[in-house]
Amino acid sequence: MDQKDNTLKVTVSRGTSGEQFEQEFEVPAYENQTVLDVVSWIQQNSDPTLSYRFACRVGMCGSCAMMVNGEPRWTCRTHVKKVVRKNTLSIAPLRNLPVVKDLAADMTPFFDKWVDAEGYHHPTRTRHDPMQEVTPNDEERNRANAGIECINCAVCYAACDTVANNDAYLGPAALQRAWTLYNDQKNENGQAILDAVSRDGGCHSCHSMGSCSLYCPNELDPMSAIAGLKRETAKNLFRRRR
Amino acid sequence: MLEFRLYMAQRLTALLMAPLVFGHIAVMIYAVQGGLSAAEILGRTQGSVFWFLFYGTFVFAVSIHASIGLRTILHEWSGLKGGLLNAVAALICAALLALGGRAVMAVTLL
Repeated sequence: MDQKDNTLKVTVSRGTSGEQFEQEFEVPAYENQTVLDVVSWIQQNSDPTLSYRFACRVGMCGSCAMMVNGEPRWTCRTHVKKVVRKNTLSIAPLRNLPVVKDLAADMTPFFDKWVDAEGYHHPTRTRHDPMQEVTPNDEERNRANAGIECINCAVCYAACDTVANNDAYLGPAALQRAWTLYNDQKNENGQAILDAVSRDGGCHSCHSMGSCSLYCPNELDPMSAIAGLKRETAKNLFRRRR
Repeated sequence: MLEFRLYMAQRLTALLMAPLVFGHIAVMIYAVQGGLSAAEILGRTQGSVFWFLFYGTFVFAVSIHASIGLRTILHEWSGLKGGLLNAVAALICAALLALGGRAVMAVTLL
């Protein structure tokens, strides 16, 4: 690596929603370096007022996602050498969400939509009942398992063009959560989930463009989960008419 | 709930259209192979209840299917919503029904 290659030109989005501007920083380049390392270097060495969010640094907490060169990424597990273009990086807060400040997106709409999609546990038993047995190789259980590793990073939400164009749309993460719970034997009131995802802005707004499944850092497949909800809501419509 | 109903209507009309499209293409290829003239084709379609129902169903399905799709595009691309969005979609549906219905009547009624 020659001297010129030893420095990264990093453009960082600063400010809050409606008052954003870009600022350039020069950051030393290393052989092994994540995008989060670059952001942290800027905050520690160039501008301590830079705001961003992270916690675990190992791809488990889902708090450090940002737009890197225009694409949503979990920055703690994204190596600079994988995404850098001509020694330059552009880093911005997650798309489709309001901005608190600089690189920290306001996750409120994202999590509100989880609740709107009934994406929370509806228990079947109390602490006084015996534990429910769950058969690991059951078909329903496997459908629930497919989406259970979601870390709520909102990369799919930022990648989705339907979210960008339709404010009411619940988005891939909330709908995948709804599908996971619908298939979970420990969760009851599946009808409430189907009703919630059938409202305007629910699973039927999805155009199956697949950006969610393409960008999910945990290689989950929200698009197929949403397809499952579409099938189940359609079947349920005919079941109810009988 | 309206979106879900429109979603179902769009899927059901797609189910209707699929065999009709294949039927239409098959008949077109057959008609061209045999060297039929426009007058000969009209001679077979005019007064035919079968062709009236075949293309009548097609026009009905297309009008519903296309207006729902255009409603979604209009909402997402232009931000149109609420009553105005539904009114524009209904207008598109009515226009497609009128234009298609006119064509069906021209080739199937005596």
